[in-house]
Amino acid sequence: MIKATPKPLDEVISYIKDYNKILVAGCDGCVTVCEAGGMKEAKVLAASLRLYFQAQGKEAEIKETTVTRQCDKEYLDELKDLMESADAVISIACGVGIQYLTENYSKKIVFPGVDTHFMGANIDRGIFEERCAGCGQCVLASTGGICPIARCSKRMLNGPCGGSDNGKCEISKEVPCGWQLIYDRLEALGQLDRFETPVDPKNWATSRDGGPRRIVREDLRKAEPAHGGAH
Amino acid sequence: MSKTPSKLEKIIEAGHLAVTSEVGPPRSCDGHEIDHKAALIKDYVDAVNVTDNQTSVVRLCSLAACIKLKLLGLEPVLQMTTRDRNRIAMQSDILGAASFGINNMLCLTGDHQSFGDHPNAANVFDLDSTQLIQTIKMMRDEGKLLGGYEMAKRPEMFIGAAENPFAGPNVALRAARLAKKVAAGAEFIQTQCIYNIPKFKEWMQMIVDRGLDSKVSILAGVTPFKSLGMARYMKNKVPGMDVPDSQIDRLKGVPKEKQAEEGIKMCIEMMQELKEVKGVKGFHIMAIEWEEKVSELVKGAGLYPRPQV
Repeated sequence: MIKATPKPLDEVISYIKDYNKILVAGCDGCVTVCEAGGMKEAKVLAASLRLYFQAQGKEAEIKETTVTRQCDKEYLDELKDLMESADAVISIACGVGIQYLTENYSKKIVFPGVDTHFMGANIDRGIFEERCAGCGQCVLASTGGICPIARCSKRMLNGPCGGSDNGKCEISKEVPCGWQLIYDRLEALGQLDRFETPVDPKNWATSRDGGPRRIVREDLRKAEPAHGGAH
Repeated sequence: MSKTPSKLEKIIEAGHLAVTSEVGPPRSCDGHEIDHKAALIKDYVDAVNVTDNQTSVVRLCSLAACIKLKLLGLEPVLQMTTRDRNRIAMQSDILGAASFGINNMLCLTGDHQSFGDHPNAANVFDLDSTQLIQTIKMMRDEGKLLGGYEMAKRPEMFIGAAENPFAGPNVALRAARLAKKVAAGAEFIQTQCIYNIPKFKEWMQMIVDRGLDSKVSILAGVTPFKSLGMARYMKNKVPGMDVPDSQIDRLKGVPKEKQAEEGIKMCIEMMQELKEVKGVKGFHIMAIEWEEKVSELVKGAGLYPRPQV
């Protein structure tokens, strides 16, 4: 899922300090899982903002809410009344949700309350790690299920580089060498011969390098909506 | 038969042990520094590598410095990392280099930018070193760019790559990776600095056993220690560097003012031992900011005078 972390309170305050009616809008999706933008975090942020305005001796009305997903229009529609009553909104959804909220309420000013980082896994309580770089053309079948693009610091397709040192990446002793992981996995699978043949240059056009991306699934567009939403 | 007009290729082909060294360009636009370093080494080496923003520190560009060396009558080896340029820029630079009669390239992925003076920079890594080798081979042998465009004139590059026998996961994988680079088109290899000779020999034996030594010319990389401090730094701080304790201890055993001299002695002894290792076709001397010692190393290892081809 998408991983985000809350922005420092001072930064959030710097965005909204001149407004009086503020809505903190969370999301029940990915940011709830990584505890950056769910209802709990919305309440904490709203409470912190109330304290700030109180200390400043300023009157301010701060509300908090969440929706099922800020990346779906049908759920954003549920925010209509709350959005109308606010003069500034802090979205603590991921960067997608923040933008989609803005797109759907074009007259409202929406500020980000989180920094969005990557698509990753929940390794342990409070530890999230990147696993997918969204390159648009999955190579996991040939790398033992470990992504060299997301997990090698140089996104090499013919790794490991000469900086791979005792299983660690040259950038930090805290970062495992992605190609060491691939090697270990392919060794266990008896597929080390994959290290013998050069992998050709990758087509990055399916990645962000190809420009902003869009998927049109004609099969889905023809089908009935699965959940009766507003399509 | 040489594939290219490269002097380095000709020397190796004639059966001589080749000697290359390197010039690290300055962190300014002072081209005289390149002239100065080149003058120190030119009579003692067959070709001179120019590093490409090594350790991700911004320096005068490798291509400009190579052109300068070429105009001075030296044989440059253009080092190119894939860190800072995409396939468009790299192919363009290759054509530019070839237009000046530069006939040697060393293909590298490059150190991560977090090591350098611009850790906030974006990196590119459109290709990796192996794919850069493939690219140059395609340009030279097929006369085509990666995009398929057929060129009227082909860049005549002797294709080099690096390999680090001491990096992870193990020696066997490092030998396999060399095989991969050879399959991609690498014709000469300049290795990471060698300090752990037994491990190098183990790697070299695997190269010979695979018959790779007849397909690729391996130049053993050496760097003399200037001091005990440098040796410790290389051991502890440089990823993928393998410095045995015995070498640290040997430097520890001499007074500080004698350590540089001892470092040169150690390096010469190592070169003499490496000369006898099957598959070694020469040396790549990386005398980092110590170019004035290259002559001593080359003479000490019995590699002077350099052959004329």
